[in-house]
Amino acid sequence: MSELALPKGGEPRATGLGAAAQHVRYVLRENAVTGFAFALFVMIVLAAVLGPYLVPYDPLASDTAAALKGPSLAHWFGTDQLGRDVLSRVIVATRLDFFIAIASVALVFLMGGIAGVAAGFFGGWTDRIVGRIADTIMAFPLFVLAMGIVAALGNSVQNIILATAIVNFPLYARVARAEANVRRDAGFVLAARLCGNGEARILLAQVLPNIMPIMVVQMSLTMGYAILNAAGLSFIGLGVRPPTAEWGIMVADGSTFMVSGEWWIAFFPGAALMLAVFCFNLLGDGLRDIVDPQRRT
Amino acid sequence: MVSMILKRLVLAVPSLIGVVIVTFLLTRALPGDPAAYFAGPAATKEAVEQVRVKLGLDKPLLVQFVHYVGDLSRGDLGASLTTGQPVAIEIRTRLPASAELTLLGLILAVAAAVPLGIAAAIRPGSIIDHACRIVTTAGVSLPVFFTGLILVYVFYYLLGLAPAPLGRLDVFFSPPPQVTGFYLIDSLIARDGELFMASLKQLVLPALTLAIFSLAPIARMTRASMLAVLSSDFVRTARASGLSGFTVVVTYAFRNAMLPVVTTLGMVFSFLLGANVLVEKVFAWPGIGSFAVEALIASDFAPVQGFVLTMAVMYVMLNLAIDILYGIIDPRLRLEA
Amino acid sequence: MKRREFLGSMTALAAGSVLPMPAIVPAGAQSRQETLLIVSESGPNNLDIHGVGTNVPGYEASWNCYDRLISHEMKTLPNGTPYYDRDKLKPELAEDMNVGDMSVTFKLKKNATFHDGTAVTAKDVKWSLDRAVTVGGFPTFQMGAGSLEKPEQFVVVDDRTIRVDFLRKDRLTLPDLAVIVPCVLNSALVQKHVTEQDPWGLEFTKQNTAGGGAYRVVKWSAGTEVVYERNEDWKGGPLPKIKRIIWRMVPSSGNRRALLERGDADISYDLPNKDFAELRDAGKLTIVSTPYSNGIQYIGMNVKSPPFDNPKVRQAVAYAIPYQKIMDAALYGLAKPLYGAPAGTPTETAWPQPHGYTTNIAKAKALLAEAGYPNGFETTLSFDLGFAGVNEPICVLTQESLAQIGIKTTINKIPGANWRTELTKKTMPLYTNVFSGWLDYPEYFFIWCYHGKNSIFNTMSYQSKPMDALIEGASAAAAIGEQATYDKDVKGFVDLAFADMPRIPLYQPYVNVAMQKNITGYQYWFHRRLDYRALVKG
Repeated sequence: MSELALPKGGEPRATGLGAAAQHVRYVLRENAVTGFAFALFVMIVLAAVLGPYLVPYDPLASDTAAALKGPSLAHWFGTDQLGRDVLSRVIVATRLDFFIAIASVALVFLMGGIAGVAAGFFGGWTDRIVGRIADTIMAFPLFVLAMGIVAALGNSVQNIILATAIVNFPLYARVARAEANVRRDAGFVLAARLCGNGEARILLAQVLPNIMPIMVVQMSLTMGYAILNAAGLSFIGLGVRPPTAEWGIMVADGSTFMVSGEWWIAFFPGAALMLAVFCFNLLGDGLRDIVDPQRRT
Repeated sequence: MVSMILKRLVLAVPSLIGVVIVTFLLTRALPGDPAAYFAGPAATKEAVEQVRVKLGLDKPLLVQFVHYVGDLSRGDLGASLTTGQPVAIEIRTRLPASAELTLLGLILAVAAAVPLGIAAAIRPGSIIDHACRIVTTAGVSLPVFFTGLILVYVFYYLLGLAPAPLGRLDVFFSPPPQVTGFYLIDSLIARDGELFMASLKQLVLPALTLAIFSLAPIARMTRASMLAVLSSDFVRTARASGLSGFTVVVTYAFRNAMLPVVTTLGMVFSFLLGANVLVEKVFAWPGIGSFAVEALIASDFAPVQGFVLTMAVMYVMLNLAIDILYGIIDPRLRLEA
Repeated sequence: MKRREFLGSMTALAAGSVLPMPAIVPAGAQSRQETLLIVSESGPNNLDIHGVGTNVPGYEASWNCYDRLISHEMKTLPNGTPYYDRDKLKPELAEDMNVGDMSVTFKLKKNATFHDGTAVTAKDVKWSLDRAVTVGGFPTFQMGAGSLEKPEQFVVVDDRTIRVDFLRKDRLTLPDLAVIVPCVLNSALVQKHVTEQDPWGLEFTKQNTAGGGAYRVVKWSAGTEVVYERNEDWKGGPLPKIKRIIWRMVPSSGNRRALLERGDADISYDLPNKDFAELRDAGKLTIVSTPYSNGIQYIGMNVKSPPFDNPKVRQAVAYAIPYQKIMDAALYGLAKPLYGAPAGTPTETAWPQPHGYTTNIAKAKALLAEAGYPNGFETTLSFDLGFAGVNEPICVLTQESLAQIGIKTTINKIPGANWRTELTKKTMPLYTNVFSGWLDYPEYFFIWCYHGKNSIFNTMSYQSKPMDALIEGASAAAAIGEQATYDKDVKGFVDLAFADMPRIPLYQPYVNVAMQKNITGYQYWFHRRLDYRALVKG
């Protein structure tokens, strides 16, 4: 449609929300892969929200007589070693994994974002302290640090989220700091100061929201990382507690059954996990194209 | 140059101190009790207390920390409960195993990712570009242990192409005489072609697993860097001068684009060193990662502390090496120092 | 240019190595025939059972590399498996055994030597036994289980004769001399390495086998492999057939199974039950399954903390366990059920034996209501993550079943290294655990698990004067050979255990071993580890 080509001189350009929507549609069309990623994202959200109400079986109900049966009409994804329906567990796990992803990202954005913005905004000692903390965390082998935190605090969903957030803190702090530095003397900041806003209020209400678009790209990558991290921890035995349905622990437990031929126990959660992480990663690319096309890689 | 190196080392010291303190606290926060472990499965509460006093674990944390730092300064990293060996010796024997695996994985990743990135950059927006993005992103979207297990299942169990995942060497081979600790290099030095091939065969699957996982960042960075360089003036001049596409891309553009890729490689390498703990578990690789993981699960302080400290020091050295390399490749950066 | 060439050559090399190559035949291919490859998940952290914190794999090294004064004869089970005969002792290092009223005298074999060629003397035996009762920890504890407590009990009569004096009459003393702990070390060799801080040379024997057993360790890479070679001058029995043994650690169970199925490994006892069941059905490997001697997997309850201090609650839980589901889904049938004995079955003088509880949700609910908890209660269910393969399904199924009678449980996974600590604290309200004793006598099990002296194996903190009386009565009767009293007391304490139910026996686990078809000679021993001395390949 011609309206998506560069507007000819003289035609009124769409403004505000209309312009944003136009830009988004443009990006999605240009890049079919990104469009696909967005569609997948919507599906994941739907599954997370509605899934538990639509599953055919109770994900926690065991039925040892029907254990280790392959995919069939009764059980589309087969059953696991305790007779639980794999399809139901995969769908219900969407909610938990999505929650882990979102919560980790929200936590690290708040922690890293506020710390980084404060460091970039105020400079001086704040900058040095935040820098030291970030450097110390970065010097650790990150997965082992996450393992150590979960091992020390106990394996629960909250601690997995906390560990993921801590491990990603330096990255967010660094990006936030760089962005805040740039906006330190921006007009809107000066204006806010003139209005009598305190420094803290400027930080939280003006600067932080402004760096969000840049961070959103990183956040989408971190969502994928959070889920992979949880899976890795489950493999070592530091993941969520049984009988919770979570993709990572289902893959870790199911992989011992691969050699004996019951491939479906690990395959379907693994495929779901891969699709989700894949989607988040590509989403990051798409968001970057929307927000700041010059930074495309 | 020297002043830059010194400055960097000095700046790294606070991080290292932070690492030592945090690791110490973290291991002390682990739920296990080494005194109970040492006292044995039949020990009464009193016996455990006795062992605790003997190990010095009843003293306040600060005193224990001072002892620990004192031991560190003498190069004593303590002994491991799970293997019964001094940690320093374990690390020295296991580090080359992990490093060899990580390096080979990185080499494989570069071999695949760099050409992909270049191809994607030459034709942005084309099928190759999308394919590059999809393939590399898919590689990084699976948990690394799962990729490893699938490779073992397909290539060893089903097809019989790969050797048994029994570690660095088949049981009936003995390791080459130790020079670097890298079996590939040492077997070549000893002129033992059979041993070289045996070591290489064992390395392929785990290195492939690591490579699949690290394709994405390298390919992306290559693509981005090449894109930037390909649109620069000197490339335009080269094209205008009638040089062949191949010469333009490889001789001129590629070399100039490599700089950011080198930094990415450094980051990927240090990330891999910490992340290959899972791969080592799958392939029974006697590396430093599997050592640390087992120790962590067993609440065995000393190896975990030793491992983290070693990794932190290596990370600092690596960053320093990359900065120096940067300076060598790009003289403009050298002037800053 | 050079970069490209380099990249290109590396790719070619990598591609070339994946091509199928004929199995590299090392020089001396027949050495493969003479070498046995064992794979397991973890290995020893110490080669000496007297060492501090030696783990269970270390016991296997100790068993095969050191001799003891006596050992057991073998009998054959109905399924053809050689099984150690609890009641028939045979001389190993000793050639003669003379049991007196309050002592036993051993004459050592004339030509017995250690690995370094020096002769075995009574002085070595005394030094080794003194060491066992003095070092503390598990070895001393095990010696004490057979009333071997003081160095004064071990008397050197002459160069080749040693006498062990009894502190009291105890039927367990002689069998206790045949367990792994009282092994005979080369005292002269070890004493070269003692220091003030280490008067028994534990640091030396940690890394080196200083004995005279059928095998010795020639190489040990902790966490990777142990390599043994046969002692060509072994006098303790017929010379073993296998010259060289390599014991490799392979953490992933899927890989261990793959290695066995492809013929790259010879023997493993460390696989999930499901794999054993499937390998047995597939028929390409030999699978031998033997019940643990004197061993039970159970659900334990802390009888000191309400609501588990109420016997009716405990009985309710016993009726709510999904026994059959556990047998099917956690064990794949590879265990001996210890539940569901038909009503009216007479109690026997044996242990383990099945109790009469079965899965009966209605009865469980009724009992719980009688106890005053009609709506159930909340608690935690803990298990040892080191054996998650079996423990996790047991706990998940139990959790589901208990929920049906209103008991809501949260599952608590405890890493293997911390499990002992948690058990010793005796604070866990509900948990699953396994206990087995090397000495296969009912009173032995009950002394450690049910007696009021509250040993650490009495994980339930169970105290009952009637129980104590019965157990002590049985021990005393056994010491003097009084069969009638013994039978009465054993049946008495078993009945009491099933009425009070402080722990709910689930099943008697099996020791499963998978071997290539050309491996024979597997023997079941009370310690359940491999005895290399009788194994034959080909």
